[in-house]
Amino acid sequence: MIDVIVHCTLLLVFPPLVLGVISKTKAWFAGRRGAPFLQLYFDLFKLMRKGLVQSTTTTWVFRAGPVVTLTVVVLAGLLVPFGASAAPVSFPGDMILFAYLFALARFFTTSAALDTGSSFEGMGSAREITFAVLTEPAIFFAFLVLAKLSGTLSLTTMLHGTTGSFLTTATPTMVLLSLGLFIVLLAECSRIPVDDPTTHLELTMVHEAMVLDHGGPWMAVIEYASSLKLLVLGAVLMNVAFPFSTGIGWADWLIFVAGILGLSVLLGVLESVMARLRMNRVPYLLVTALLLCGSSFLLLLR
Amino acid sequence: MGRAKETRMLSLWLILSGMALQGFSGVPALAFSRRSMAGQTTTFVLLAVGSLLSLVGVVLNALGIGGAEELTVPWFLPWGQFSVGLDALGNVFLALIFVVPALGACYGLGYWRQADHGDNGRRLGLAFGVLTAAMALVVLARDGVLFLLAWEGMALAAFFAITTEDDNDEVRKAGWVYLVATHVGTLCLLALFGFWARETGSFSLLTPGSLTREAADALFVLAMVGFGFKAGLMPLHFWLPGAHAHAPSHVSAVLSGVMLKVGVYGILRITSLLPVGEWWGITVLILGIATGILGIAFALGQQDLKRLLAYSSIENIGIMVAGLGLALWGRYQARDDWVLLGLGGSLLHVWNHGLFKPLLFFNAGAVIHAAGTRSLDRMGGLGRSMPFTMALFMVGAVAICGLPPLNGFVGEWYLYLGFFHTLQGTGALMAAAAGASGLALIGALALACFVKAGSGIFQGTSREGEIPGHDPGGSLLVPMVILAALCVVLGVGAPLVVPALDAAVAAWDPGANSSLAALASTPWISTAAFAVFLGVGGGALGVKFLPRAKAKPVVTWDCGYARPTGRMQYTASSLTDGVVRLFGFILWSREGGKLRRGVFARKWSFRKGVPDVVLDRWLLPFAKLVGRMVPRIRVFQQGQTHVYLLYILMITLFLFAVAGFWRHP
Repeated sequence: MIDVIVHCTLLLVFPPLVLGVISKTKAWFAGRRGAPFLQLYFDLFKLMRKGLVQSTTTTWVFRAGPVVTLTVVVLAGLLVPFGASAAPVSFPGDMILFAYLFALARFFTTSAALDTGSSFEGMGSAREITFAVLTEPAIFFAFLVLAKLSGTLSLTTMLHGTTGSFLTTATPTMVLLSLGLFIVLLAECSRIPVDDPTTHLELTMVHEAMVLDHGGPWMAVIEYASSLKLLVLGAVLMNVAFPFSTGIGWADWLIFVAGILGLSVLLGVLESVMARLRMNRVPYLLVTALLLCGSSFLLLLR
Repeated sequence: MGRAKETRMLSLWLILSGMALQGFSGVPALAFSRRSMAGQTTTFVLLAVGSLLSLVGVVLNALGIGGAEELTVPWFLPWGQFSVGLDALGNVFLALIFVVPALGACYGLGYWRQADHGDNGRRLGLAFGVLTAAMALVVLARDGVLFLLAWEGMALAAFFAITTEDDNDEVRKAGWVYLVATHVGTLCLLALFGFWARETGSFSLLTPGSLTREAADALFVLAMVGFGFKAGLMPLHFWLPGAHAHAPSHVSAVLSGVMLKVGVYGILRITSLLPVGEWWGITVLILGIATGILGIAFALGQQDLKRLLAYSSIENIGIMVAGLGLALWGRYQARDDWVLLGLGGSLLHVWNHGLFKPLLFFNAGAVIHAAGTRSLDRMGGLGRSMPFTMALFMVGAVAICGLPPLNGFVGEWYLYLGFFHTLQGTGALMAAAAGASGLALIGALALACFVKAGSGIFQGTSREGEIPGHDPGGSLLVPMVILAALCVVLGVGAPLVVPALDAAVAAWDPGANSSLAALASTPWISTAAFAVFLGVGGGALGVKFLPRAKAKPVVTWDCGYARPTGRMQYTASSLTDGVVRLFGFILWSREGGKLRRGVFARKWSFRKGVPDVVLDRWLLPFAKLVGRMVPRIRVFQQGQTHVYLLYILMITLFLFAVAGFWRHP
């Protein structure tokens, strides 16, 4: 019970801090002092109190985008184990629901973007659906590997059941898988080098281009949902790439939080040392993720 | 015991009398005048009452826990007999046959009014009723000859329904291609049942006592090809896009939603009777996944809304066939879980696709009627003038992309689970890899495809001038609302239909000794679907309580550009151009037009399209080539009787020589 409460609290409260750590890292790299760690919380509160501005071409689909996205990310967050404790909801086959919930969010985000009738949103949506064609099979290859190694079919047991194999039998598999999932995380959470969440050049963006017309509370919901998404996908990656647990409840939670913060520092460093890829190069990176996940599956065929 | 048998016969009689009404439904209208709406209403009422009667029969039989029920009557033909039967496998398909066409006829009352289509309204009504009854008879038939007769009736009725507008050249061409394709398929089925009778001694569709491995393999291949034409398996799909695009929308809905499934039914029925071969499972699985990926990839390249929907039907058939492949493999390896999840998912997808695809075709009919074009690149912004139509489209689109919380997800979820179950088998990792990653790819492509369709039709503003759209009338909306409601019900209430699926799988493979309820925790999926509805509903309500909830209407933000026009939008084609390029190696899209580059380019044009690789790149050029070669044989056509007699003599001698050589080499 306590685990469930901690899980839900972390899921709902922690994510904006993760983004704060990323931007702080980037500021530190650039020699700036940077915004405070809690800046996103302030931003969210500010945005929630703002008025709504809505294009006259839009319909309810435009408003459904943010609402569906937030709902879906919260539900998906309940399926993923945070660190060593089990997820609040877990049943055989939940990883398929997990992946398809994000697809539902994609459907409504892109539809909402296209509802405005702007070409910028069109470009963002076109890129989003194109990239998904490459990341979805990669994700399912990853699930196949985890299911095969653990011999189970739910996210919690799949992610926990592979803890041992990392150091013993299947090291190469897990290394390839971690790399592949890391690239998927970069693409799904629209981080550099796939996308740049901070730029203002509409022509070059993916996710930010799709939400150009959402303002005020809608923007708050979108920002919040994307920070949640980073935490949720980060939790999956942490379980695969950093599967350490002590067996003591509170210590495991601390390890999880530290792991996620470490991941955000890593993302900050990555974003500081490299530029965003040219848009026509991004598919190559995503194909790399597909190859990594697919090869990790091939290694199991021995 | 006797009483139980009597009630069981009741459902068969209900179905047969309902079918008689359906087949007859178009006849009374012939007595009315050509433009009489009363005649059309009579046709609809007869079809609806017949369907309802039959549906009651199907439900009664299903509630009697799928007991088999047979009726055999001798008839006048020298071969076969009139033998019909009911079982749980057939019930799955019958349920669809007795729902969708009736809704289609209701839709036709508003969409294809006889008052406006005096030339062909009555003919369409006649073909529509015969098509419905013939499809049902195919599913009921337990005899090869009866099956073939019903099959041919279905194929011809469908031909007349497709060519409703036969004053249009394009329609005639599409109908012609369909007719050729369906008859090539029928030819394979003739061979199939002829061979069947030779090997088993009768035309009865019963599990044969003994069958050699080679005979079983040959029957299987014949069934896959013969039924594959009807179901639209790649590369036998080529008739499908044209026929669906050129038929009236409610006919397309029945063709895609129901008639393709009859092809799937044929494959299921024959494979249920044969001893499964080792290579069948993986072959069918790969075939299904390839059909799925290619189908949806071609759908992505279409600009014609109805062609897009038709290609997406091919994709969905691919998904069903992939599930069948898993089930076949499971039956060979005696893995009940693969059989149940594979075939259960496949059958559920039969239903799902039979609900959301007619919904989308009905929707397309309303949209095309309002916009006056089928081209996605010329529409746009209809969501504001046709809000109900858009909402119903969104339901269909979410369902067809296999997304939770609607019905499409549940079927695909079973299939995924089945593929993941193969991980524990021996030597079946291939199935897992091809199946799961293939389905994931299909899912991502389907999402792109329907985001494209939705945005092209409903979102943004019109690309070419304002379209005065309006929501259609009741007779069009009611069938759509019913289908959309069924999509929601099957999504949230999936556990309710699990027993029917279990029974159908047991009818296909009596050896399967488990149940879907034991293998998959479907209630969790219902809970998740419910949670999504709850969360979205709650969020929508919560918006009302925002401090400044009233939105200020402004023009779309275009980087400060104050006068955006509809023509500046991304078109549906440009939205998916990236994906089409990714799949360029199979799509072979055609580009053309005059592009003038430079600062002051005045006039330019650009065309891009994805023609069908099989039909437009291979079959039609090949047919043209044959057409050019054939006249050279005309030298033999002398017009003189004695020369022809000479030909006959020569051929007879030749055949005797061959036969003699055969006997005594």
